[in-house]
Amino acid sequence: MRTTENRPRFLNLLQIRMPIGAVASIAHRISGVLLFLILPAAVFLLELSVRSPEGFDQARGILHAPLVQLLGLVLAWALLHHLLAGIRFLLLDLEIGIERKQARVSAWLVNLGAPLLLLLVLGAML
Amino acid sequence: MSRKAHGLRAWVLQRISAVYLAAYFLLTSTYLVARSPGSYEAWRGWLADPWVNLATGLFILSLLVHAWVGIRDVVMDYVPHMGLRVSLFAVIGLTLAGCGIWSLRILFSV
Repeated sequence: MRTTENRPRFLNLLQIRMPIGAVASIAHRISGVLLFLILPAAVFLLELSVRSPEGFDQARGILHAPLVQLLGLVLAWALLHHLLAGIRFLLLDLEIGIERKQARVSAWLVNLGAPLLLLLVLGAML
Repeated sequence: MSRKAHGLRAWVLQRISAVYLAAYFLLTSTYLVARSPGSYEAWRGWLADPWVNLATGLFILSLLVHAWVGIRDVVMDYVPHMGLRVSLFAVIGLTLAGCGIWSLRILFSV
């Protein structure tokens, strides 16, 4: 019988061989944790932006600060990777692209797709 | 409580919420890029629209469920120490509940 006690534990990520699908998977987790960590700050900005016209300008000012924009880049990557890898997992759940070769290709598409989309968005904004 | 059924429920909730989160994100970001509400009045007005308000409320609820299941899985995989694990669950649960109540209050006050 499988119980929670039989789940794999003490996973040392540095000692595990990482095929490309595993890279997509661990990045999906890391991006998810990053997005969770920023939630309080996001709600704070939402509150500030609807409170008053001055608050709206303050929120805009915060979002335009250089350090915040750098953090924004990381979070934008996290969001894009999480979205793309999430769509890949949903398709795999539906047994679409489940063959090893296809799954490797889709993992590459996800891993490279997030930074590429980020560059495209940045290019469009400049 | 059946462990197996519990895991299945979390698995299903994770995926249903994922589909809604993705749809909301793609629709609203497309709209906001196309017609950026550049002023306080426009931004508030957009959020106050009943449909946007409802959709955003559902987004917040989906996000709470999705983040809880996801972070819970990560903690269960990497934090074997039971005391630390339970403490983390408490901190994460309170953070999510706090963010949820706070953001829903903002949403209903618009």
